[in-house]
Order: sequence, then C-alpha cells, then structure tokens
Amino acid sequence: MEWASQLCENRGLGSKMTDSKYFTTTKKGEIFELKAELNSDKKEKKKEAVKKVIASMTVGKDVSALFPDVVNCMQTDNLELKKLVYLYLMNYAKSQPDMAIMAVNTFVKDCEDPNPLIRALAVRTMGCIRVDKITEYLCEPLRKCLKDEDPYVRKTAAVCVAKLHDINAQLVEDQGFLDTLKDLISDSNPMVVANAVAALSEIAESHPNSNLLDLNPQTINKLLTALNECTEWGQIFILDCLANYTPRDDRESQSICERVTPRLSHANSAVVLSAVKVLMKFMEMLPKDLDYYGTLLKKLAPPLVTLLSAEPELQYVALRNINLIVQKRPEILKHEMKVFFVKYNDPIYVKLEKLDIMIRLASQANIAQVLAELKEYATEVDVDFVRKAVRAIGRCAIKVEQSAERCVSTLLDLIQTKVNYVVQEAIVVIKDIFRKYPNKYESVIATLCENLDSLDEPEARAAMIWIVGEYAERIDNADELLESFLEGFHDESTQVQLQLLTAIVKLFLKKPTETQELVQQVLSLATQDSDNPDLRDRGYIYWRLLSTDPVAAKEVVLAEKPLISEETDLIEPTLLEELICHIGTLASVYHKPPSAFVEGSRGVQHKRLPARAGSGESTESPDVGQSVSGVSDAPPAVIPSQGDLLGDLLNLDLAPPTTTVPPVPSSMQMGAMDLLGGGLDSLMGDEPETSGSHYRTEVPSPQPADFSERELGGDLGGSPAMGVGVGVGVGVGVGLGPAPVGMPAGLGAAPAVGGGLGDLFDLGGGVGMTSGSYSPPRVVWLQAMKAKGLEISGTFARRGGVIQMDVSLTNKAMSVMSDFAVQFNKNSFGMAPAGPLQVLTPLGPNQTVEVSLPLSSTGPVMKMEPLNNLQVAVKNNIDVFYFSCQYPISLLFVEDGKMDRQVFLATWKDIPSDNEAQFQIKDCHLSSDAASNKLQGSNIFTVAKRTVEAQDMLYQSIKLTNGIWVLAELRIQTGNPNYTLSVKCRAPEVSQYVSQCYELILKN
Amino acid sequence: MIGGLFIYNHKGEVLISRVYRDDIGRNAVDAFRVNVIHARQQVRSPVTNIARTSFFHVKRSNIWLAAVTKQNVNAAMVFEFLYKMCDVMTAYFGKISEENIKNNFVLIYELLDEILDFGYPQNSETGALKTFITQQGIKSQTKEEQSQITSQVTGQIGWRREGIKYRRNELFLDVLESVNLLMSPQGQVLSAHVSGRVVMKSYLSGMPECKFGMNDKIVIDKQGKGGTTDDAGKSELGGSSGKQSIAIDDCTFHQCVRLSKFDSERSISFIPPDGEYELMRYRTTKDIILPFRVIPLVREVGRTKLEVKVVIKSNFKPSLLAQKIEVRIPTPLNTSGVQVICMKGKAKYKASENAIVWKIKRMAGMKESQISAEIELLPTNDKKKWARPPISMNFEVPFAPSGLKVRYLKVFEPKLNYSDHDVIKWVRYIGRSGIYETRC
Repeated sequence: MEWASQLCENRGLGSKMTDSKYFTTTKKGEIFELKAELNSDKKEKKKEAVKKVIASMTVGKDVSALFPDVVNCMQTDNLELKKLVYLYLMNYAKSQPDMAIMAVNTFVKDCEDPNPLIRALAVRTMGCIRVDKITEYLCEPLRKCLKDEDPYVRKTAAVCVAKLHDINAQLVEDQGFLDTLKDLISDSNPMVVANAVAALSEIAESHPNSNLLDLNPQTINKLLTALNECTEWGQIFILDCLANYTPRDDRESQSICERVTPRLSHANSAVVLSAVKVLMKFMEMLPKDLDYYGTLLKKLAPPLVTLLSAEPELQYVALRNINLIVQKRPEILKHEMKVFFVKYNDPIYVKLEKLDIMIRLASQANIAQVLAELKEYATEVDVDFVRKAVRAIGRCAIKVEQSAERCVSTLLDLIQTKVNYVVQEAIVVIKDIFRKYPNKYESVIATLCENLDSLDEPEARAAMIWIVGEYAERIDNADELLESFLEGFHDESTQVQLQLLTAIVKLFLKKPTETQELVQQVLSLATQDSDNPDLRDRGYIYWRLLSTDPVAAKEVVLAEKPLISEETDLIEPTLLEELICHIGTLASVYHKPPSAFVEGSRGVQHKRLPARAGSGESTESPDVGQSVSGVSDAPPAVIPSQGDLLGDLLNLDLAPPTTTVPPVPSSMQMGAMDLLGGGLDSLMGDEPETSGSHYRTEVPSPQPADFSERELGGDLGGSPAMGVGVGVGVGVGVGLGPAPVGMPAGLGAAPAVGGGLGDLFDLGGGVGMTSGSYSPPRVVWLQAMKAKGLEISGTFARRGGVIQMDVSLTNKAMSVMSDFAVQFNKNSFGMAPAGPLQVLTPLGPNQTVEVSLPLSSTGPVMKMEPLNNLQVAVKNNIDVFYFSCQYPISLLFVEDGKMDRQVFLATWKDIPSDNEAQFQIKDCHLSSDAASNKLQGSNIFTVAKRTVEAQDMLYQSIKLTNGIWVLAELRIQTGNPNYTLSVKCRAPEVSQYVSQCYELILKN
Repeated sequence: MIGGLFIYNHKGEVLISRVYRDDIGRNAVDAFRVNVIHARQQVRSPVTNIARTSFFHVKRSNIWLAAVTKQNVNAAMVFEFLYKMCDVMTAYFGKISEENIKNNFVLIYELLDEILDFGYPQNSETGALKTFITQQGIKSQTKEEQSQITSQVTGQIGWRREGIKYRRNELFLDVLESVNLLMSPQGQVLSAHVSGRVVMKSYLSGMPECKFGMNDKIVIDKQGKGGTTDDAGKSELGGSSGKQSIAIDDCTFHQCVRLSKFDSERSISFIPPDGEYELMRYRTTKDIILPFRVIPLVREVGRTKLEVKVVIKSNFKPSLLAQKIEVRIPTPLNTSGVQVICMKGKAKYKASENAIVWKIKRMAGMKESQISAEIELLPTNDKKKWARPPISMNFEVPFAPSGLKVRYLKVFEPKLNYSDHDVIKWVRYIGRSGIYETRC
C-alpha cells in the first residue's frame, strides 16, 4: 500500500476526478471507518467507501469483515455501485457462505429487472459465486434467462451454464440445462450461438464420452452460418469447435473448408490460426489429386506469413505453430524462406524460433542464402542465439549434402574468430559432419587441433577427443594430444573420460607400437582408479578384448559406423498429429500434448487427425475408437536411425546363438553386438542369470530424448562400445570381479550370434498361417421357456476377415415359426448384422436351423458394460425376444494388424506407462513358438521376439476393427507354465478383454 | 479459458487483479511477480509455465499485463485479447500508465467484467462499450435505448450504432505503409516487404454501405479480361499514375468487412464503424519502390581506427520530398572518439547509443548525400570481433512504396438522402521506414 499512499500525498486528495485516492487508507481503524462509511445515508459516501474496499481487495488486503455492510449496499439503482458490490461478492462469498445467502434475494429480483443489462449482470455474477446454497437458487433465474427475449441476457446465460457446470455438474444435468444450451445453437443471434458453442465445448471436454456436442451436418451448417456474423471472439469459439468435428466424407470436408477459408483474411490472428487448424485437419481427408487440395495449400501460405508482421508475442505463437505445420506439410512454406530471416531487433524468443524454422526449410535451392544468414547470426551478441546459429550450420551440412563443403568452410571461418563458445559449438557440429561424411573433410583437423586448449565444455572436449581418436592415423601427434588430456583424467566429466578411453584404444589399434604405454595407462586409470562403474566396465571390456584377440578387437572397435540421419529433432509423428489438432493453443506453443500440462480430466483426450478418404479406416468411431491410423500412415522411416538404434538395443540383449547362421552384416551395431553376444557369454561362463535380470530394466520403456541423445552424443562419440558399456556394465562387474582374465575362445563364433538373433525379428513374417481364429464354444443364449419356445444358441467366429455369428435356432414350441429377423443394440465396437437373418423356410416344431450371420463393425457405437457385451433382439412371427451375449474381443482383431517393428517401438514408448496393464496367464504349457503360431491364427501378430536366458519375450501387435492398436509383451519362461502378459493400449479399458482372449486362445 | 487477469506496475505491485476461474488462486499473482517480473534473467518467452499454470504477458511502457490459465487455451486468442484490452483502455483513458490505471481502476474492473465472462472474451468494440460503460452511471434509459444497446452489443453490426447523424458527411483515408528492407553490404536485397494499413476516419450518417477499391492486380486483371475498365472510378480519387496494378501477397480486414464476399468476388464491402479505425492491413513483396539506397564502406585501419563512409541515394520522383531522414551508423563498444563530416544535415556521435546519428530534415528525389567518419578505438584484448550491427534508416515519404493506389470508396446510404457525391473524401499516402537495414 505504500505506493498508494505516497502517490496520494503527491497528488493531494483534492483531485476529485480520479480514483487513485481510494488506494490510500489510513492504517489503523481503517476497517472500522469503512464500516461507518458503508452504513452512511449519503449515497455518494457509500459509493466512495465501496471503492475503497475494492482497492484494498486488489492489493490483497483482507476486507472480508465488511461483508454484511457491503452486501447492504447492493440494493441500489446505481449500476456502477452495484457492479462494485458484485465484484466484492464474487471474491468473498466463498469465505462467508452463510452471509452470502443474504444476497440471493437481490439477485433473484435483479434477474426480473426490466433492464436487460441488469438481468444479465445478475445472472453473470450469480454464476461466479461458488456457494452451494446460492447455486440452488440460481437454477430458476437461469432457466428464465436462457429463454430471455433479449439476446444479451441469453448470451450471458449460456456462459453461466458452463459456470454452474463447473460448480455442480450433476445439477446442470438434472435440471436439463444442457438441452436448453443445445437449443441455443440454433438461436437467431450469432453471439448467443458462439457463447453456447463455447460453453458446450467446455462441458464436453470434461465428459469425454458424452455425445454432448452432437455435431452433425445440420449443426455444422448452423455454426458456419453464425461464423460469418459473430464477433471475432465468437468466430474463434466456433472454429475451435469445428476442429473437433470429423466430416463424413471428403465432399463434406471440402465444403467446410471452402466456407472456412475466408477467415484467413481476418485481422485477428487467433481467428486465422484457428481457421488454419480446421483446414489442416480437414485437408487430411481430401484426396491429394483433387484440384482443390492444391488450391488450399496455396491459400495457406500468405496468411501464415502475415502472422509474422503481428506483435512479437503473437509472432512467437505463430512461429511455434508454423514449426509444426512445416513438419507436417513442408510444401506450404517451402518458398517462403526469406520471411524467417532474423531481424536485428526481434526479441530473442522470436529469433530462436525463426532459426528453427529456417533449418527445417533449408533445401538445396535456398541453402546459399541460408548459410549467408547463419554466418551473420553467428556474430551476434546473444550467446544462446549464436550457439544455435552455429549448430544450425552443422545441421544444414547434414541435411543438404551439396552444401556440406560450404558449411565446413563457414565453420572454419567461425573458428578463426576465436570466440570461445563459437569455437566449441563449431567443433561439436563438425564431429557430426564427420559422422555424416566420413573421410571427406579431414583436412580441417589441423585447424581444430589448434584450438584444443580453449575447449572447456565437456561436450566440445569429448567431440574433439573423438575426432582425434577416429582420425588418429592422420594426426601425427595424436598420442601427444591424447596424452595431454590424460593428465587431468580424474577431473574430467564422465563423458570426456569415456571418450578418452575409447579414443586411446582406437589409437592403440591403429598405431600399436608407440602407444602401448598410453593404452595401459588409460586402462588402469579407468579400471583401477575410477569409481564410475560405466567407465570401469568399459575399461575391462577393452582390456580383455585387447589381451585376447587384437584382431577381433580391431574389428569391433574400428568397425564402420552407420551414417547419422539428417532429421533427429523432428517431432514424433503421433505427437505431431495430435499437436496439429491443437494449433493455436498452448499445446502447440509448448509442443506438448495437453495432458502434459493440464490437470484433471480436461484435455487428456488425445486428438487425432481424421483418416484420409479411402484409407479404409472407419472414421466414425468415436473417442474409444480414436484411430491411430497416423502411426501406420506415417512415412516408414522418418526417424530411421532411431528405430535402428532401438532395434539394436533390443538386439544387444539377446542371448546365445540359435541355429541359423545368415550372412554377417558388418555394421557398427553388429560389431557392438558381437562384443557382447559372444564375448560376454564366454566371459560370464556360468552366471548368465545376473545379466539377464539386468537387461530387463534397460529395454522396455526407452525415453525419446534418450535416443536422440544417444544418437548425437553417445554414438557419435564414435565408440561402438559406448552404448554397450552402459547397458552391460553392472553385469560384468558383478559377474567377474576386477581382475582381467584371459578370455576363452568364442569370439570366432560371435558374428554369427548377432546375425542369427537379428534374424529372429523377422520370425513373425516367416510363420505361416497355421491354426484358424479362435472361436468360443457354443452356448445357449436364449432359453426356450423365456422365448415362447424359441431356443437360440450360438457362437462367434472370424473367417477370412469376416466376423460371423453362428446361430442355431430351435423351435421347441408346437407351432411353426417364421419371419425371423435380427437387430443389435448399439454396442462398443459398432457391431451390426451385415445382412438379414437367413431363415428361408418356416421352422417347424422341434426343428433346428443353423444360420451364419455376417457382422460388420461399422454400426452405431455406444460403450457397453462389459465392453464386449452385445444386446440382440430376435423377432419372429410370434414376438420379439431380447438376449445379451458376450463375444470374445479377438473377433475384432483384423488381419492387417502386424505393426512395423519401428512403429511398434515408437508407439510403445509413446503410450504412457499408465496405460500398461499386466496379467498372468496360468497353466499354459506351450513353447513360445507354438504360442506365437496359435496367437497369429487369431490375428495377434508377433512383431519381434527376443530371448533373454531362459525367458522368451514376444512383442505382439493387434489392431481392432475400429483402428485401436493394442501392443503386448508376452513373457514365457521355459519350464514355467505361468506367462506374464503386459498390454499397452491408448484405450486401456480394452486391455482386460485382450488378456482374456489370450488366455482363451492359448488354452484352446 | 483465461482464468485470471492481472496488471502490475514495473515493481511488480498489483494494480488490478481479476480472477475468473476457481483453479487460479491468489498465489498465482505472486508466482508471476517472482518468476517473471523479478526474474534475474531477461524473460525468454512471452508464455511462462510455472507449476502447471501458464502465464501470458505483454508489456506496455512499464506496465505488465498478464493473463493466467491452467487449461489448454487458445494462446493466439489470449494475446489478441490482451492487445485488445490495451486498446480499450487507451480508448477510455489514454496512455496506459500506472497513474492512469490507478485513477480508473473502477472503470477497468467494470470493463473486465463486461469483456471477459468466465474467461471467454465478449464484445470488445470500444464503440459499443462506450454506449453503456460510461463511469457516469447509467442514466435512466428508456426501454428502447436499453434494447438498442443490447442488440448492438450482441448484434451482427456490433461496431456501429444506429442513428448517427452528421451535417457534413466526410471521410478520410490514410494509406500508411512501412517499408522493410534488409540489404547486404554489396547492395543485394536480402529481403524486402511493405506492410501497409488503410486507416479510415468516417463521419457518415446512418448505416452507410461502403465499397472500397484499389489497384489490386487480381481485380484489375479480371476487369481487363471482362473489358469493363472502371475508368471513372480510377480517376476519381487522385488518379492512377505509375504502376497500373500491384500484387498483394496477403491482406486482413477489420471485422466489419464481409470476408466471404472478398473471398468469392474480391470486393471489399462493409458498413464502417464511426470514427477512426483500421480498415485493412496488407503485405506486398513484389516491385517495391525502395525510397533510399544506403551504400556503406567500412575500413579497419590497424587495430585502433575505423573509417566509415556512407552514401545515401534517394530513389523517387524529384518533385517529391522525403522527410525526417535519420541514418544510424553503429560504432564499436570501445570507441574513444569520432570525427564526422557530412555534406547535408547534422551528424552526431552518441556514445550512449553506440552510434553515429545523422539527421537530414528534407531531401528531394534522385539526390545523393554522403557522410564520412573516423572512429578512434581504444585498444582492447577482447578477442571477440565487433559484431557490426547493420546500418539502419528512418524516413517518411509522401507516397506508397508498394505502389498501392486507392481507386474508389463508394458510399451508399439508401435510407438517408445523401448520395456518394455528397460525401467529401480525402486520401493521403504516407510511406515510412519499418526496419530498413543495410549490413556493413
């Protein structure tokens, strides 16, 4: 309050026109004085007092003690005063619920006021008072206001329903306000429509399964009409709501797009971005060869560019979104590189974002310009920005091969500036360039070596050491350089230590004669003087490898490395799709799904892009059936190396050889595998269990960040053993004790090991279709006594991709039955009869007829309890009978449910671990191959298999008719009849049923 | 949606705090102060997430406006709203300053109550708001007046009220362009664009229907094909000279413009708000007239001296005059002294700004002027080279660098007895420098 009183002294209390004087209050007895003023007879004085109260409230003083006095002022004709009192009420009602009741009468009275502004004010304020008792009184006035003749009152009442719902959802439903709200979508006033849409969208968000918004072509049409007429804010509400709709076909999609495109010229950036969201989403459904598709793409670019001339905060939001759009549809902005050039006066957050987009848009056509710009940026002031610019040059080299040489020379120029952080950053990226173009730019090594002393960041030091080790044969004084690092070995960070160890081993393998002493020194430093298990273990591995078979060591350590990929920082396709559905929102700014930063149930729902027309995906499936089509649609190898790496991590842990010996690929990972596959095995001799248990923790839930890091950091580090060292570490240490021992023979067989294991991954494909799909035993669904003599029994089966319901109808009555027909209630997976019930001849007494009813899964959907419940009505000439039955969910497993290995890995880690469920399958005596075969018969596909000691792990994928993917890991331990099944799915409610199917199929 | 809105002064004291949602507590006010306003480092993003609460902020002079939310709100909308909030406040009480905010806090609360309901932005057009948020207390309105207000606030034409009357129907059109340039030292245009605005001041009676026409390439080409050139319209407002038509990359309109009509026919029709407003914004990148060319020459003489020579050339009709020309030549941080010689205008070394500022009041087209400077440097052992920020320029010219011309603005008001010819129309073109930089 000090500033307030000071100000007051300066200005003098005399300035009658201003309100700032209210911010001054005497310190003591202030409440008492205010109380007196509030109860004054003079209207003016009262008003002044209330203003003072509000001013105190603003700065955080507790003036709740004045509650009754303030509420007393409520009964007034003065609207300004009334609003102030209401403001006070909204703040303090919760802390004084009993006294708040005093206000109710006034509210109710105001809701009947002839002045619509007052009616609206009352209903608006009442909704903000979160006191249960008041809420009860709110219902009647609200109901009236929702039907008020004045649109201003109606639009306010519409929002009030959302407020009430936030306080007491049940009450809103019981009172039928939701229906009234739905009616308002057809209101004649566009603003009422917009607010109703906003309120409904918000309520729907907290009820993911309700069909509240019930968007259909009619309502969509109403919304599109209102879109042309309402305020800019209303347009945003409507567009955001439209984005949740999934058009039925590409024609509808196109017609909506046509009506939304004019919004791209709106002055309000939020309207533009929301329109872009709708278009980006609906475009997904348009066939690419359509003319309109191309037109639309062209129309999207200019408005996006225009967003960049908005205020910097909006530019930032726009750039974060453009970053997503560019990843999803690079063609839109491919010619617009120039607009992303950084301006000197841009705020830093805009600069950094622009830089990101520049790299994404870099191509052979514009690389010269981009490089010139980047070089310019590298001389700026802001350290982060400069670093990013240098890094960007490296990324350009990797992305656009033709430019690599120019990039390298630019980097060299920058190194010449001798600015410390520029040099370090440049060396880190040059290492990446070496990884991408081996044996091409070694000429620059000399320049790099000159800067050895100035490197003080671990990443840069490690990169430099890697370079020295990798090109040791070309650097005359490599041993001296490395030796200089070795002096302070224990002060280095782990990253540098590991790198140094590997580099010196490389050096030794290349120049064995002069460097023996050095290698011994580093090995002993790493193994005997270090407490770091990773380092120690890596040291031991090298030590043994070198002492056992130097030739093999050479093959392993100096193996050819796979090239690194150009796009390591792309957002994962599934996440990208979700973020595209959230364009304009916070999620798109953070590049995180809403569930990552929103509490509670809101926003937890994952949004997906609709499937392209003709892709065969059922687009009608509601939330349960959120199609994960994105996964399968995604280009097969957007992040190729990541997948490979993952796969290889899996590979790594594979245990001893099986029989097949395919040709040995000579990649670096293979090398790594050899090292472990054979080496370890022989090293560890009789103690395989220890490592087995250790591996388990390494593989299952890889974090995405981890991998890109490994990709860029670890692996680039050059040592094949790096990743390995970490993975195996503990096992070795524990199993063997510190003394290096001679290694038994066995390395010779090693390559075969890796190869053979790798091959196992293709196992799934090689297994033929053996047994048919699982079909449960027949049961009686409808007993004769309950159905006037008609007995129905039956089962379900999946044959050749068609779900069939095999029914036998038995007439146990005395008269003939005819005119059979069947109908299903809505059910969880939209099962519906695909044809009529074919009972051609009338069914005589004691006759039985067998019918196969083909089913489709495109019917109406409603969630059932249990999920696989099916309610059936059968009609004949006598009556209609109802029964319900449960089908095994395996019926819904479709034939193309085999997931690509990489997609599997990506999806597995993308599904949050909360969605993982574990089950035990007891008393099952099948071998893993037999189990895999059996499961495949029912469309449960084994994507990969790996064996860790005595345990087989089958990684399996299942796709349901509605596009849900289910991923499973089945663990089978030889000799143990109890299997463990882990199921991961985006719709976790399915998991339980899937596990039941496993049990049924495996035991059948 | 928006959960709360706070306004702080530069010290981080709260001036206004309005909470709309239950999930925003009082501690949010402090969280923003501690983590953003009082943060040790400069804030690196206008959106900050603190303990799962997101804060959007904008700054106006030394006042912070922050919107808070815990949900996945439409971020673009929140910023647009904050800007709008600033506009509304400016329209009510002028500059946004601590003093003005304190003086009008009751008004601001009233406004916040009206334009944001449960965090959803409502009608925020000042024209409409001023009809019923007056701070004089609503005088006894008649029933008709009340319903007129509500129908305007919620109506399709929320930006204009009925029954406006002027004795003289008059309108002013300002075409305001800012031309942006980034040029390499060798004179190569790295990027250039014009962002323009058409600002209209309308003093028209009734509910006039307006139609605006300019030399938009698409329209002209279409008419050319149809064979119906609107010559009358062309010569009506100042005539067309120079380029026939210009290619507009993109444009956005005030919400009064019927967008669907623009999309289908590319015609700009609307019922204007009363008084001043921005009719449209546009952007062009093709065939821009760059009013000035800057030719820099920087020579490092040893380690302690720099020689700088800058030539500027004006590139427009000799009959036109550019004004308020200012060239800003950055100098290194270790500058110890500067000697400047210029042919025209005044040049001064400003140590506090690390720049030589050269000002010329007026300059006609097709002229040239030059400045040369010798910069003495203190010897430093700083290894980092001077970053050489670009030379920037400011100016004002009386034409539109994009080449845009207003062809017509027709006014129809069928209910009142005045016609298009009775309306007095004024058009003015002003081209200003935006970010006009030449690297050196």
